[in-house]
Formats: sequence, structure tokens, C-alpha cells
Amino acid sequence: MTARATEPTKKKKWAPWSDPEAEPFIRLVDVSKRFGDFLAVDNISLDIYRSEFFALLGPSGCGKTTLLRMLAGFEKPTSGRIEIDGVDMADVPPYERPVNMMFQSYALFPHMTVEQNIAFGLRQDRVPRDEIARRVREMLDLVQLGPLAKRKPHQLSGGQRQRVALARSLVKRPKMLLLDEPLGALDKKLREKTQFELVNIQEETGITFVIVTHDQEEAMTVSCRIAVMNQGRVVQAATPTEVYEFPNSRYVAEFIGDVNIFEGRVTESGADHAVIGAPEADCRFRIDHGISANVEATVWLALRPEKMVIGKTPPEDPTVNCISGVVWDIGYLGNLSIFHVRLDSGKTVTSIRTNRSRETELDITWEDRVYLTWAPGAVAVLMT
Amino acid sequence: MFNRLTPFNVTALAFGYAFLYLPIVILVIFSFNESRLVTVWAGFSTKWYVSLFDNTKIMDGAWTTLRIAFISSTLALVFGTLAGLALARFTQFRGRTLFSGMVAAPLVMPEVITGLSMLLLFVALDWTRGIGTITIAHTTFAMAYVAVVVQSRLVTFDRSIEEAALDLGATPAKTFFVITLPIIAPALVAGWLLSFTLSLDDLVIASFTSGPGATTLPMEIYSMVRLGVTPEINAVSTILVGIVTVGVLIASVLQKRAALQRIADERLAQASE
Ligand SMILES: Nc1ncnc2c1ncn2[C@@H]1O[C@H](COP(=O)(O)OP(=O)(O)O)[C@@H](O)[C@H]1O
Ligand SMILES: [Mg+2]
Repeated sequence: MTARATEPTKKKKWAPWSDPEAEPFIRLVDVSKRFGDFLAVDNISLDIYRSEFFALLGPSGCGKTTLLRMLAGFEKPTSGRIEIDGVDMADVPPYERPVNMMFQSYALFPHMTVEQNIAFGLRQDRVPRDEIARRVREMLDLVQLGPLAKRKPHQLSGGQRQRVALARSLVKRPKMLLLDEPLGALDKKLREKTQFELVNIQEETGITFVIVTHDQEEAMTVSCRIAVMNQGRVVQAATPTEVYEFPNSRYVAEFIGDVNIFEGRVTESGADHAVIGAPEADCRFRIDHGISANVEATVWLALRPEKMVIGKTPPEDPTVNCISGVVWDIGYLGNLSIFHVRLDSGKTVTSIRTNRSRETELDITWEDRVYLTWAPGAVAVLMT
Repeated sequence: MFNRLTPFNVTALAFGYAFLYLPIVILVIFSFNESRLVTVWAGFSTKWYVSLFDNTKIMDGAWTTLRIAFISSTLALVFGTLAGLALARFTQFRGRTLFSGMVAAPLVMPEVITGLSMLLLFVALDWTRGIGTITIAHTTFAMAYVAVVVQSRLVTFDRSIEEAALDLGATPAKTFFVITLPIIAPALVAGWLLSFTLSLDDLVIASFTSGPGATTLPMEIYSMVRLGVTPEINAVSTILVGIVTVGVLIASVLQKRAALQRIADERLAQASE
């Protein structure tokens, strides 16, 4: 659960990315970065809005850090333009950008105490001494490190170092905070707790956060929008719900969560419905909305495991929106059961069921023939 | 078979160390000899140390040596650090391999060759030889040591620490002085001490590059020895051995600490993968 869930109505209305009038705060226009022959960032255009919590999500090596480093000013784009708050950043060095970064390795100054680390940024701006003291104290309180102010980084645990790094990058109240896999070094429990705190801090300060992560759950938990990246490109940039329920490609569908994908051929394509045959599943998929593909076109059908209902009795018409197979494997997780069903074509399909009633034995077991059915709106039809 | 302390091993060890250190031990003992005869023990005395201070030749030599050592090791520190930085940071430039080989060459070059080539250079340039030329010569070979020490420290330096300083508003120059230098300071001190002791006990290069009126302590001792060994020489050598030992000890402790720090840094970096 995130802090956002406590104010659902307010959150729902705030969506500047769907408002054509809204002025983007950070603007990337056709940005590319080449290292020698290697294209690390490939023609990315993105708009990020004020006070947004934006996530860059993708596998290792897809160019997330490079993109972040271009925003911070450590790498120059090979081509394209980056604007922050209306100012072109082309000739602005890192030490003059209104941006701060939290590094993947934390990069704390080893010869300075926690306090001196946090004060460093303010000292560079020649902030008066008593104001530095006050703001450092505020930050120490915010990240709950007051008692450790006089320690050196090597005397801190991983979680504590992470907090110092966060405080140090927040103390200057930047227009934008860049976070490169900030929680990567923490264990699962601490990571979840810190995700929650990050969201709180972001909402309190109103600073625009851009976070890099390869953990899709983390991206879904903390961010307003996610840019899913692959090989230097942004494949889809949308809200967590959109990328999960309405992915625009097989890549996004498979990267976010679990999914069953079938290759299909369109047999009927109307204004308000479509029918797609999937030989692998020995089934016709009936969709309750029009699709942009013509008859005979090849498409892909993405079906999430939790969208299917599993049962032992066949539905009225077992050739439409129903696939049948034999239970191959069962994973019992307490709250959920995961069924791996082997279809007659040899393909394995995953289905998840919530365990609603208390039973000592599941009603469905190995080798049972089962029928998986779903509502006509449950399938995502993908062109690529 | 060499793992255990067999009588053979013990004997070999004893002979080895005796071979290395017995001459020095004898030198130290006889510097406290009452008698003027170097080979006959006649009781404990510190009078040769006292008379050292009245020997103007030795005192002048010591002063010259200290001045040369101080200036040349300081210059070597500056230039060696710059060379080490260039080697560790600019990994792409043309001729890097050649440059890195040339920086390290004085480490293995025979001293006679270094001295001779320096001499030829100064003659060709028609410079008056003296304290200045010795200082330049010492700087040249000592900076190679500093460059190597600094380079090996910087190779494992986490550059994101410098980037963090830039990110927080420090200019590149300020970042270098406030962040980079303090972190690599132990390596710098080790390099300086090493240069200082190298310059202090150098005889060959100094002999080649010195001129009339510029006689270093090792040169002075060498010329006195040719007229016979006196207890005074033993006394001044004992002091020299003391200074060099302390310098090398501190330098190696600092380098060991830097190595430990490096291991700790690497472990930190791994922990945050
Ligand atoms: N300075 C560099 N020189 C050469 N190649 C680089 C450099 N920085 C990054 N790369 C390459 O660019 C690609 C993207 O790297 P990065 O942005 O760090 O990926 P991510 O953060 O998504 O894991 C990688 O293949 C990496 O090897
Ligand atoms: Mg990265």
C-alpha cells in the first residue's frame, strides 16, 4: 500500500500528462547518447511534470543511468535537447543545475561526518552559518539520523548511509531529485518501508522525483508514471495501471508482471468487437471492442493469470474465450494458488486463483482437466 | 618442506638477517665507542655525536642534503601527483602506454645511467651545476615513485564521490582540493616520505650532477671514508639510518592503511550493488 491510497480522489484528478494545456517541467526532445559505436540512449522524447514522481524502468544496461546522468549534466547528449523549467541545459555544467542526484553507490564523502556531508551542498552556495545548521538539523530529523550526526560514513549501516545520501541530495531543495536505484542495497523489508517514506517525502516537499529502477514492483509502488525502457528506447510511458492493464507491446506486457501470450490471427474485425483465432490455445478470442488490425492480420493476445477463472466444468460454448488443459503443477502460497496448465498444443498457461474458502485440500489437483475462462474485456490485443 | 622451523631453516634465516643487518648493527655500536680506533671497543660514549656538531664539513653537507631532499620531494609530489592523475584518469589519450612506461622507467633505470644522462643534459644546456641541478635530478626520479603510488590509489577511487561534489555545487577545482586531495592524502604523504628518503641517501646521482661548492652528506661521508673510517662517520651514518628507517616505516604503514581502505571501499561498493 502506498501513501497515495489514502487520498484516492485527489490523486485521480491530478494528471497533467493527459492535459494538453499543462506545461512540462522537464522536457527531453529526441535525446540520444552514443558511446563509441554503441547507442546507449536512442532518440528519447519525454515530458515530466512539476511534482511528479517519475520512474525509469528497464533491465540492466538499457540506458537508465545514462539518461539520468544526462539530466544531472555528467554526460552530454550526442544529439537532442534537455530543458528544465524552460531553460535549455546544453551548456549548464552539473554544479550549476537546479538538480541533485542520489547515487547508486551513495557516494558519501568518507572523510566527513554525516552532518558535514549534508551541509556540503549548502556551503557551496555560501548559505549563512546559522541557516546551514538549521536546515541540516531539519534534514537529520526528516531521515531520523539526529543521534548519528557526528559519525563518519564507514560507521553506518547500509540503510543509514542510504538516508544520509537522501538527506544530502534533498537539503538544497532542488527543482528535481534524481535517484539511481536508491534502494538496491537494502533488504526487502527495509526497502518496502523506505519506498513508503520516499513517497511521503516527495509529497511533503513537492520536489519532482525521477527514480531509476529495474524492480517493477518498486516502480509501481512509488511512481505517478513509469517509462518502460528497452535498449535505449522508451517503449511506453504511462501510469502504473495503464502499463499493467493496457500495455502497448509484448515487451511491456512481459516486463511488468506475469502474463500469458498467444499468437493470433484476426478473423473478424468490427467497430465494437473483434474475433481472433489462436491455434496454440485451440480457441477463439472474442473481444468487446474494436481493434486497429484488419482481418488476417497477426496479433498477440496478452492474458494476465489473475484475469482467468479456473474450473472443472466446461462453459456453454467451450470454443469461445475458454481454453482447456491438464493441471501440470500447483503452487500454493496461502493467499493464492498458482496453476500451471498444460494445453493440448503443449503450451503451458499460468492461472492464479485467490483462495476464498478454507479447505485442507484444493478441489483442483494434478492431472485434472480444467477450463480457463475470462470476460471479453480481460485480454490485451497487441500489435508488436 | 620449508614450512616448519627446522634447524636448517633457522640457520638460513639467522645467516640471512646477519648478512643484511650485522654491518649496520656494528656501525651503530661503534658510533658509541669511546676509542678513536674503529675496531677496538673501549667503553660507551656519545662524544662523537657531540663532536659532529663542530665538524663544519659534515654539518654543511647535512644542511645541503636536507634542503635538496625537502625541495625535491615537494616538487616530486606535485609533478608526480599530476602524472598519476593523468595516468589514472585519462585512460584514452594517444600514447598513454608510452607515457606510462616513461613515467615508470626511472624506477628500474640504473642510477649511473640516470646520473650520467642528467649530467649530459645539464652540460648541453650549459647550466652551472650545484644544489639546483641535484634538486632537479632528484625530483625527476622521485616523481616516478609518487606517480606510481598516486596512480594505484586513484585506480580504485570511486569517481561518483567527485561527481556528488559537483552535483552539490562545487566547481571541479574545488572538488579536487576539498574532496579528492583529502581522500588520497595518505598516499601523497607516503609518496613524499619515500621521495625524501630516496633523496637523502642518494650518492650516485648527486655525484654526477653536483658542482663545486655543493656537497651532500652522502658525498661528504664517501670522501671522508677514503681517508679512513672515523667514529664520527659511524655517528652521522647512524643518524642517517635512523631518519631513513622512520621515513620508510611511516610510508609503508600509510600505504598499508591505504590498501586496507581500498579493500574496505571495494567491499562497500559491492554491498551496494
Ligand atoms: N562511459 C561509458 N562508456 C561506454 N559505454 C557506456 C558508458 N556508460 C554506459 N555505457 C554503456 O551504456 C549502456 C547503458 O548503461 P546504463 O545507462 O548504465 O544502463 P542501466 O543503468 O540501465 O543499467 C551499457 O551497455 C553500458 O555498458
Ligand atoms: Mg544503472
